[in-house]
Parts: sequence; structure tokens; C-alpha cells
Amino acid sequence: MSLHAFLWQPDSPLGGGSGSLADCTVAIKDNICHQGWPTTAGSRLLENFVPPYSSTVTQRLLDAGAALVGKTNMDEFGMGSSTENSAFGVTRNPWDAERVPGGSSGGSAAAVAAGLCDMALGSDTGGSIRQPAALCGITGLKPTYGRVSRYGLIAYASSLDQIGPMAYGARDCARLLNVIAGPDPLDATCSEQAAPDFLAQAEALPTRLRVGVDEALLQGLRPDMRANFDAALQVYRQLGAEIVPVSLSLMSSALPAYYVIATAEASSNLARYDGVRYGRRVEGSDIARMMTGTRTQGFGAEVKRRIMLGTYVLSAGYADAYYHQAQKVRTLLRRDVEAALKQADVLALPVTPTPAFRLGEKTSDPMSMYLSDIYTIHANLTGLPALSHPSGFVEDLPVGFQLLGPAWGEGLLLGLAMKYQSVTDHHFRRPVQPASASGRS
Amino acid sequence: MSEALSAEQVAHVAKLARLELTPAEAESYGRELSDILAYMERLGQVDTQGVEATLGGQPPSGGLRADVSRASLPNEAALSNAPRPEGGAFRIPRILEEA
Repeated sequence: MSLHAFLWQPDSPLGGGSGSLADCTVAIKDNICHQGWPTTAGSRLLENFVPPYSSTVTQRLLDAGAALVGKTNMDEFGMGSSTENSAFGVTRNPWDAERVPGGSSGGSAAAVAAGLCDMALGSDTGGSIRQPAALCGITGLKPTYGRVSRYGLIAYASSLDQIGPMAYGARDCARLLNVIAGPDPLDATCSEQAAPDFLAQAEALPTRLRVGVDEALLQGLRPDMRANFDAALQVYRQLGAEIVPVSLSLMSSALPAYYVIATAEASSNLARYDGVRYGRRVEGSDIARMMTGTRTQGFGAEVKRRIMLGTYVLSAGYADAYYHQAQKVRTLLRRDVEAALKQADVLALPVTPTPAFRLGEKTSDPMSMYLSDIYTIHANLTGLPALSHPSGFVEDLPVGFQLLGPAWGEGLLLGLAMKYQSVTDHHFRRPVQPASASGRS
Repeated sequence: MSEALSAEQVAHVAKLARLELTPAEAESYGRELSDILAYMERLGQVDTQGVEATLGGQPPSGGLRADVSRASLPNEAALSNAPRPEGGAFRIPRILEEA
């Protein structure tokens, strides 16, 4: 059975040569533009869109000798946690074809997990790199906001979106981040500070690190997921880390704040899909009918739901109660996490409340799908870097462990994950399924 | 802010977003959005008096870009995805009613 990890692949990989990623095969999430490569962001509306320019990240990959193998499936415009919201069909989890690969970067995670490529680029607005990485048994990193150029990334929620690396192990994530990170004059939101050598930073990891854990946050966690989390923590303890208690008291406000801010920004960003300059157009007798017809036929159900939610929370009479309040709560959340990061060097969190759920299990209940993001949104709301690495298996399905660090602390997170992966072998386990026949052995 | 969305409110929001809903969609979106908004109400319980809003992911680090022009997409490339290019421009249906 095909995983349907890719939406489009060239006849032969593009690039491949000398450089720090010489001949590494890299898959690209389909919301990242490369000149001449069809780019849909998982949407009917962009079904025939072919970008006339390349993103900074794909250009840097080619310059580093990587071989680009294709565009991966995703939830439409990044809106979803299962890749079931792609207009072009679901992607299956390589570990169990009846289950979701997570999302929105589900195609990238499935492609890496199945050995169809060495590495992949994803994007993460509320967990869209870390959650599919966890559910497919690979490593994924959401860098600090501003660390990686977003020039050529199709926007979902601009104060939250960030491009990041996905690979089996943290070492390959560091190699990939080394290539894509750093200032870019084409993206005004990209930091001007030079990127360090993340692999060197990771290898020079300080000893005696403090890992913060908020016990209250773990209270509702399923016992088997809790046991997995505790086992990973125990590995860190054995590696010399000190586990210290921290308190993230505003956790219950994070998810509503996230969905207010993300949908508000989405409703604004997606206003550009009006049938005028690119993408699909449904003709109409006047411009309002043309735009309405284009958007009504072009967008899928979840995208419409989020656009309407975002439109509502920004609308006159409601913006103060929802949007402006969410931005203030965001300030408090940031202070909360920054205070915890004074007591600990990094914070440890689960990635997901459960292993991969079944295809179709949550599609009729948007709220339950949203709740599956509960542990990943903090990093986006605060702009801080966070990494997910495999931590073993629950119900024979891979699950992940999350580390959240201080701003610009990617090297620290990668170093800890590399340490963990030097004494565990979860990330070497490969799914056994027929679709992995192609790709590397 | 606790009441369920009325049919009129759903229709108004859809109109603002330039979306057309079937009666069945209006009903289901109305119900789902009401549920989600009810969940979002817990934001109101957080005391934010005197708290500044956070607008972006990190404070902007850069200064202003030098005020110099640079090459942009050639006209042909910019129009390459246009549904109705015409004479180097984007053609759209009429905007104003006829007099």
C-alpha cells in the first residue's frame, strides 16, 4: 500500500554534489516554494501553482550539495494534526497504514520514517514538525522564531510559523539546520545574528544540565504515555542531568490563546487567495462573486472553519475579548516559560497525549483534533526552540519526548538529543512495511 | 460572549470572509464554532490588567533596510500563474456597477 508521502516528485532528484550535505536526499514540505516545482500547500486552490522563484531554504540546500527528491503531503495550508486535511488524499503512517502520520508535516515525517529520503524540511506553527516526527518515530526541531528564513514559505500564521529539520537522528537535524539557518535579507522577520555551527555546539554540550518538569502538566496524561515519558527522563538522569520541578501555571490558557491567534492570522494571510494573481479562479459576473466563488470552491472544510473563526475573533465587538486578550495572555505565557527557564536549562514535555490515532478517528470532531496540540503550542507562542525525539513505543507505535529551550538554544537541544540517542536505539528502529522498498536500504 | 452563534452571525462572518455556505454547512459550522468559542472563553478568566500585548514571535532584531531598489520578478514571471493575464496586467471582472 502506498504511503502517499509525496504530492510531486521530479523524474530524478534535483541537485546533489559537493558540500556539507553532499548527496543527502531531502524532501520538501509542499508549502515551501522551489522555482518550477508545483507547490500546492495541500490545497485545491493552488493545484496548478508553479512558483516563479525559490525559497531561501531550498536554494541553500542545493548550494550545500543536497539532492531534492520532491514535495511532501500536508494538511491544507498547514491546518491540521493528521494530514487528513490535504485536498489530495491522506498520508499513511509507515508503522501502521491504518493510522495517521500526524501533521501538518505528515508527508515529510512519513517519507523519512519509511526511508524514502534521508532528511526533510517541515514547518511548525503549533507542533507541525514535532508531532508528526513523534508519531512516525523520527527527530524534528522547531527552531527559534527568526532562526530560519521563511522567504518562499506559504504563510499560515506569521507570528508562529517556522521552518525546521526532520531526520531519523538529532545529528542529521543539526547538519540540516546548519545549512538552512542564518540571516536572509529577503525575510525581514529573520534574525540578523549569524547562525553558529549547531553540530559543534551539540558536541560541546555542558555537563550537569538541569531539565525542568512541570508535574501538574503531566497529571492528565495516559498511564502508558506517562511511563514512557518517565523512562526517557530516567535516561537523562543517568546521563547526568538533574531533574528539577518547574511550574507552567498558565498551561490551560495556552491552547485557546493559540487557536485565537493562529486563526486570526490565518484569516488575514489567506485573504490573498482571491482568484486575481495566482491560483484557481472561479469566474463570476462581478469581482465579489468571483472572489467568493473562488474561495468557496478552492478551500477545504478545515481551512474555511479556521478562516471563519479568525474572522470572528477579529471582528468588531469581539476583537478585545478574543484577539487582544489572547495577545496579552501570550505575554504572560512567555514570562511563565522564561521564569521556568531560569530554574532549568531546558524543559521536558510530552509531544502528544497519545500515539498515532486511526485515520478518520478525529475528523468529525475539530475540538478533539485541536486538543491533540496541547503540548506543542508553547514553543510557538513563545517563539522558543523545541525538539521532539523518539522515546520508544506505546501500543507498538512510536512516541516522542520533547525538549523546549531558551531562545537561540537549538545547539543545546540537539546536543541533549544526540546524547540520549547515543545510549538508546529507538531512532534506529525502522517500520516494516512494503512501501519502504524504494529509497535507501 | 458565551451565547451560541446565531444563524445571522454565521452568515455575517462567512460574508466577511468571502465564503458561501450551504444551509447544512452554516448549521454545522455554527455549532462547531460555538463549541470552540466556548472553549476559548477561558481566556477571559486570565487577569491581564496592565499587561502588554505580544504581537510577534520574537522582538525584531534588525534595523531598517538600506533604501535602495533591487531587481524584482520580471513581469512575465509575475503573471505566469495569473488566471487571466492581459496586456501585462491581471484582468478582473468589473468592480463598479454600471451607471
